[in-house]
Amino acid sequence: MSAPVLSIRNLTIDYVGATSDFHAVKNVSFDIGRGEFFGLAGESGCGKSTIAFAISRLHRPPALIRSGSQILLDGRDVLTLDDAALKQLRWREVAMVFQSAMNSLNPVLSIERQFYDVLKTHTGMSRVAARARAAELLKLVDIPADRLSAYPHQLSGGMRQRVVIAICLALNPKLLIMDEPTTALDVVVQREILERIHKLRQELGFSVLFITHDLALMVQVSDRIGIMLEGELVEVNDAQAIYRTPQHDYTRKLWASIPRLTGARIAEATP
Amino acid sequence: MTDAMTEPGPILALDNVSKVFHRAGSTVHAARAVSFALHPGRTLALVGESGSGKTTAARLIMREYRPDQGRLLFRGEPIEGSAVRDMRAYRSAVQMVFQDPFSSLNPVHTIRYHLERPMRLHQPSLKGRARDAAIAEVLSRVKLDPALILPKYPHELSGGQRQRISIARALAVNPEVIIADEPTSMLDVSVRLGILNLLNDMKRELKLAVLYITHDIATARYVAEDIMVMYAGQIVEWGETESVLGNPQHPYTRLLLSAVPDPDRRFGDTRFSDELDRIDLIRRQSALEQAEVREVGPRHFIRPMPA
Repeated sequence: MSAPVLSIRNLTIDYVGATSDFHAVKNVSFDIGRGEFFGLAGESGCGKSTIAFAISRLHRPPALIRSGSQILLDGRDVLTLDDAALKQLRWREVAMVFQSAMNSLNPVLSIERQFYDVLKTHTGMSRVAARARAAELLKLVDIPADRLSAYPHQLSGGMRQRVVIAICLALNPKLLIMDEPTTALDVVVQREILERIHKLRQELGFSVLFITHDLALMVQVSDRIGIMLEGELVEVNDAQAIYRTPQHDYTRKLWASIPRLTGARIAEATP
Repeated sequence: MTDAMTEPGPILALDNVSKVFHRAGSTVHAARAVSFALHPGRTLALVGESGSGKTTAARLIMREYRPDQGRLLFRGEPIEGSAVRDMRAYRSAVQMVFQDPFSSLNPVHTIRYHLERPMRLHQPSLKGRARDAAIAEVLSRVKLDPALILPKYPHELSGGQRQRISIARALAVNPEVIIADEPTSMLDVSVRLGILNLLNDMKRELKLAVLYITHDIATARYVAEDIMVMYAGQIVEWGETESVLGNPQHPYTRLLLSAVPDPDRRFGDTRFSDELDRIDLIRRQSALEQAEVREVGPRHFIRPMPA
């Protein structure tokens, strides 16, 4: 296997408090390969979003990344970059789709303008060229180009989410981070969006860090999965192995608490 | 559906209920000829995507909306135009558990207040020690320790604990019907199952009739004997849960089921793949009004999708 796109080593993040620190991420290490779809699962508060924010250096005090941590993106440690280098890194190398991404569009700007913002800032593209590129990107996510003049409120939640994904792909990033990208959407819409991402990843070759609490969905789309519990990465394995032969007690308990659509109503907890 | 389930007569039934919302330039059919019945000791699940009219059905039952057409029957009698005293009986018999345990409890009141107040209003004969005992009893039913919980405020409790309080509050008035609108969708997976088990226990031990509203079909299967699939205000398929989920006949139900995350199927390997290829068509056609009802199996019905 070629060198991984993302390599996280001994990542430790604390939320610094007045009297005591909250250890959000405890000595976590994992790799994401080129073109790989990596899932990070766990319950709310387990630290999975904190990791996502740290990768694009979007974390803010009181979050503090402890020394000894490394986040290597194509071999370069993100934690050592200055502001100018970070500006180059974001969007161009790492793009992030947030949980409430459909609300992260600016309500007073047209869709075209929001593409133009990113394209002009990072590539100095002209308005005409940006328009053509935006139309091309919208097509990738199955939205007709005539919606470029629309404002966010004129689109459905699922369409807005797809617009955000299209903007994220504008600069051909190496890594797309998706933090609960479809949690607020209906299952059919969720399926449509993830199918698209699944196909685009194969066509364009980017890697995905997919964060969700929905284990069943994660097994369907991911190549490998990491399970987090209270800041620790307790198990990392191929998606099928996480599903069929979970090793950690917590992974087994998670499966045992999920009602199933077919077969037994809940999975039998393997002893 | 009313004909199909005759034995122990329904406590509550919707009979051909319609509700239309008018907005500038457009009308939304939130309920179209909706009929269903709730029976003691049984859970009926109402599933569908957001905007399909699930919550409108709950609000019609809670009398927040009045139907434009059709009737709401309580113990076989139409509720419309009934005396104030009967309405009060209806209110104590039918209780609701809301989706969001963070906003459905009052932040300035203790848990004791949340449980005591419905008892004062609906069971005024219960006083002093007897009321304290009743409060302790509903709390132990939802598996919370009264001594620890009663003096606390909502913000001191976790999401799962708060949802247990919401259920205890509903139980505090001795209801016969519980309307639970997405009661687990804001909870973590490991907490979710506890709430579902609680709903199952209540149904069995207290012989409650439960309407379980959700978009999560797997949880519906876990709690409900019967299921209805709603789309665009219309119930497109209904029947016994295992029959509907095991042998879905309406294209929309099949679409919904093929989109539900299933760890046994990778993307590309779907249960009803042709449905995923014609999403727009199914959406468009299923939204049309369809008066025809077809029986596709024992106690299993669809409104066929117009061609």
